Amino acid sequence: MAVLTYRDALNEALREEMQRDGDVYLMGEEVAEYNGAYKVSRGLLEEFGPMRVVDTPIAELGFAGIGVGSAMTGLRPVIEMMTWNFALLAIDQIVNVAAKIRYMSGGQIGCPIVFRGPGGAALQLGAQHSQAFESWYAHIPGLKVVMPATPADAKGLLKSAIRDNDPVVFIEGEMLYNLKGDVPEGEHLVPIGVADVKRAGQDVTIVCHSKTVAPALNAAKALSEEGIDAEVLDLRTIRPLDEEAILRSVAKTHRVVVAEEGWYFAGVGAQIVDLVQREAFDDLDAPVLRVHQADVPMPYNKYLEKAAKADATKIAAAVRRVCYKD
Amino acid sequence: MAVSTSNAPKARRRGTDAPYADQYQDWLRMMLLIRRFEERAGEAYSIGQIGGFCHLYIGQEAVAVGLISALRSDDYVISAYREHGQALARGMTSRSIMAELYGKATGCSGGKGGSMHLFDLEKGFMGGHGIVGGQIPLGAGFAWAAKYRKTEQVSLTFFGEAAANIGAFHEALNIAGLWKLPAIFVIENNGYGMGTAVKRSAAITDLHLRAASYGMPGVEVDGQDIVAVREAAETAYARARAGEGPTLLDIRTFRYVGHSMSDAASGTYRSKEELDASRQRDPIALLEARMRDAGLLDDAGLAELEASVAAEVADAATFAEESPEPDASALFTDVLAPHGEDT
Ligand SMILES: Cc1ncc(C[n+]2csc(CCOP(=O)(O)OP(=O)(O)O)c2C)c(N)n1
Repeated sequence: MAVLTYRDALNEALREEMQRDGDVYLMGEEVAEYNGAYKVSRGLLEEFGPMRVVDTPIAELGFAGIGVGSAMTGLRPVIEMMTWNFALLAIDQIVNVAAKIRYMSGGQIGCPIVFRGPGGAALQLGAQHSQAFESWYAHIPGLKVVMPATPADAKGLLKSAIRDNDPVVFIEGEMLYNLKGDVPEGEHLVPIGVADVKRAGQDVTIVCHSKTVAPALNAAKALSEEGIDAEVLDLRTIRPLDEEAILRSVAKTHRVVVAEEGWYFAGVGAQIVDLVQREAFDDLDAPVLRVHQADVPMPYNKYLEKAAKADATKIAAAVRRVCYKD
Repeated sequence: MAVSTSNAPKARRRGTDAPYADQYQDWLRMMLLIRRFEERAGEAYSIGQIGGFCHLYIGQEAVAVGLISALRSDDYVISAYREHGQALARGMTSRSIMAELYGKATGCSGGKGGSMHLFDLEKGFMGGHGIVGGQIPLGAGFAWAAKYRKTEQVSLTFFGEAAANIGAFHEALNIAGLWKLPAIFVIENNGYGMGTAVKRSAAITDLHLRAASYGMPGVEVDGQDIVAVREAAETAYARARAGEGPTLLDIRTFRYVGHSMSDAASGTYRSKEELDASRQRDPIALLEARMRDAGLLDDAGLAELEASVAAEVADAATFAEESPEPDASALFTDVLAPHGEDT
């Protein structure tokens, strides 16, 4: 094991997959000469050259489409979106083509592509640069949506995503890049579609993913001092959703809080609530609560921004409520 | 990047009879204000008084001042995230802008917008926008509205040369050309989009040539010479107001600073030599020289201007520091129109 940052774990996954398979290439704005806007691709140009680490103009729709077209011929592109806010310009290619080409062609043509980059809010970047869009992509049949919360998962899931034969929307946490953790060296694959218990507990399940995993763990720690033993279930993949893992945990704890970075309405949490009430109604001892971003565009002011974000305090408060302890 | 100035318009005849001589003083003050304001913003950012992203405009002052000084008060201006200078040139107060950078309730967007999202409807300043090129169709939209209402207003849209590679640029310019909209599209060509030089992002680096595809004139302008900018502006506005349609201006300029505060001015994607060379044609120094030649400026006059600008910037910073944070309830306001409000 080596201790790596989330950023370097992603870099290692890219490097190993590019070494393994000559069809894998990386393309996007500033990925090559600049080493990546968030430095995820540092050193790759030097190692693989400009045909495999490709700088593009600012033209998200264009280069996403070029990636999709090349994937339709069997190449395995990794398309870096500088952030997912800007991928909105490319959403036509992602949703109208990548997600549907296999279906529309009756299975003749696949699209083994990964769209990756940072999602969600950082600090005080304002409304157009602070958005969590996972529920948008998860809504679309034909796409897989993957969101690692730790360096080890980042490496293992990115490697799996690159090897996957379908389009994968791989959303990194903009605030997670400097997070450090143990990462297995070499061949470390985390399967897509498998959730992970990041902390085992008896009293309540906190279902979370990506940037809400760390605050959920912090909340669980604080709650343990109050005598509440919370289980923290990291989804890791939003679609396909690991429904069994969720139901297994609910059968054990009987109480659920869903914590996500995105907005409430039609958010990922709504999907979890649907599943739990449908499949585990009799297991529940309390209504399922959701913690999420305030239902407003993200404000720039730092105090308003803090008030808008999901955090450990809000998660702990929701847990107390489902435990009828407040 | 090769900034060619060879085919830029020649400097005008000098002397007090020069057509804009009576405006030189105002222009110089505004350019100085923009520069000192930006320097102050940079300092405030470095000590955490300003958060998020902060993109400075230092080196490009003549573009905003030359273009905006020729506008009518009811015309529209829209820009990207590097818009502090345009907002000042448009007459928004230093206080309201600085307070917005600080995220305060007294800021022009109530603290909700920040550096990238300055707005002032009264001044026709339709915002700073954070998605590259996203403002270009909006600028065409203001022009469409002006044509619709037959007001002879023009719409001025600022964007960087890298933004000209976005699909929205093509779609908006094609429609504007087709419908002869009173829109002026301004490429502030500082040679770099983040770390990417023009020649690495555009198939044709003479971006004004693209205008030919959209049925409008494309004009290359020396952006360090405010008189050249102003002349290009007047020609374009006259055309637009006469119903002859849009103009694409490719204004060659320099950004002395990094793309944003996290990015070094030189050393990575551009050399120190290139940066130093660009500073040889500083837009403020060029106007100063023009004014001295014409006997319109001396050391005392310049010192007076500097002092007045310094006082204004200091006042803005104090105002921003002392202003209140938005009330917590502001988090939930402004999402939708107030209930029951008539349009
Ligand atoms: C659609 C989109 N893609 C990427 C970005 C990230 N980004 C912000 S500014 C920028 C460079 C833009 O350069 P240019 O248009 O030349 O303007 P300048 O910064 O030089 O003023 C990039 C890539 C963005 N904000 N929006």
